[in-house]
Amino acid sequence: MEISLLSTIFDVLLGLSLLGLAWSALATTDLFKAVLLFIAFGLLMALVWVRLNAPDVALAEAAIGAGITGALMLSALARLNSPHTGRAIASHTTDPEKDPSIQWWPFISLVLVFIGLAYSVFTFSPAFMGLQPDVYSQLVNSGVENPVTAVLLNFRGYDTLLEMLVLFVALLGVWSLGENPAVKTPFISPVLDTLSRLLTPVFILVAAYILWVGAHAPGGAFQAGSILGAAGILLLLSGWQLRKDTSSLFFRVLLLAGPLAFVALAAITLLIQGQLLEYPPAQAGLLILILETFATLSIGVTLAALFLGGFPWSKNRALK
Amino acid sequence: MQMFYFAVAMFLLLTLIAGMWRIMRGPSTADRILAAQLFSTTSVAIILLLAQASDNSALQDIALVFALLAAVTAIAFVQRAWPAEEADNDNH
Amino acid sequence: MTIIDYLSIILIIIGAFFFLAGTLGLLRFPDIYTRLHALTKADNLGLGITIIGLMLQLESIMAVGKLLLIWLLVLLSGASVAHLIAKGAVQRKIRPWK
Repeated sequence: MEISLLSTIFDVLLGLSLLGLAWSALATTDLFKAVLLFIAFGLLMALVWVRLNAPDVALAEAAIGAGITGALMLSALARLNSPHTGRAIASHTTDPEKDPSIQWWPFISLVLVFIGLAYSVFTFSPAFMGLQPDVYSQLVNSGVENPVTAVLLNFRGYDTLLEMLVLFVALLGVWSLGENPAVKTPFISPVLDTLSRLLTPVFILVAAYILWVGAHAPGGAFQAGSILGAAGILLLLSGWQLRKDTSSLFFRVLLLAGPLAFVALAAITLLIQGQLLEYPPAQAGLLILILETFATLSIGVTLAALFLGGFPWSKNRALK
Repeated sequence: MQMFYFAVAMFLLLTLIAGMWRIMRGPSTADRILAAQLFSTTSVAIILLLAQASDNSALQDIALVFALLAAVTAIAFVQRAWPAEEADNDNH
Repeated sequence: MTIIDYLSIILIIIGAFFFLAGTLGLLRFPDIYTRLHALTKADNLGLGITIIGLMLQLESIMAVGKLLLIWLLVLLSGASVAHLIAKGAVQRKIRPWK
């Protein structure tokens, strides 16, 4: 068996298992099972990104799909459960006789969309490279060697600025729902305590490493930020009382550091160069590193704050 | 050698798919979490084998992130989401 | 194919076998404690042996160190999570299989 046949079988197996997981996750009525299937789906997606030659996306999917999404959804599920039944209440209340199990109109339109997409993908000429040659030709002027980082932080820096603001607005949306619910802290086992103490420095180190290596290898600000966010979630789950800190000024400065750094740099380049976010090629590398550092801190703090699930307590409120 | 790595990676993927059965069945929620842990550990091995097969050492960073985050989901379950009484849910 | 390649192949096959054992344990054992036992021990050992097999193929000390770090992290997380789940199961009065 030659290698391309083997890798094709691998990919087909992967794709089919993804489909199976997705179908089961949607078809089941037990919410716990659906959440777990979704987590497994995220883990397999990271493998798919690896096979599709997109290691930067795989890094982000590993950090977010393996850790943060799982923790977020399980935590949300715990709050949904009534304390008496202890089981997730499925909200499937339609009459099974009147409601067919397949909705025909959405199904037909989805099949049409799928056919259209498949047709356009299969009629791509194999020599079609998209924007790759343009990116690679300008890579030396961008200040970094990783084309993904160059596109995210330099060529399309404006999009990344907007993404930072979107993340911030998402946090504001969660905050608008109300105050931090007080979670009754269950007993923290010494094993969990020690684990959090041992793992958190490693988290921070790996995040810094991914941030640094993003200049010339897969990595970057979003991936490092998600790792920091996962570290924050681990600390919160292990009973560290971070709630008091979330109302402090330092915390809010960290939240805004990323978007503000982008906006400040955009303003400066607009004033000096006349073009939004046009870096002088000599300093481009340094500027990208500074931007990425602030972005990492912001993303990490934002993700951990999202896990808290509410507006930070004011300082005067007594801790329950 | 490259083919050998791919073959073992595919074998591990098959064991992974077999483990999916436990997520579907597992009478209690804790069994499903165990299956998620299986997914994590086996994915680390698959990614390392793929990294060696395609001679792309950057993929080892992905395995590192997987290994790092393996515990977070399970800890979220144990600390927050595990119901105090396990109802006997054999109906799936 | 040098002797190191053969050694790697043998080690990786042994590691894959342990992975299979772990999954079989997860599928066939009767209750959560035994499944936890099978999964944690067999899978982590399989990963360790596979990593040793892969380490033999690498050329730089940094890469070897990275693989070692990966294994140690999985070991640490796996052991702690196994303890936490087992303790939680005992507290929720899940009875072991007799």
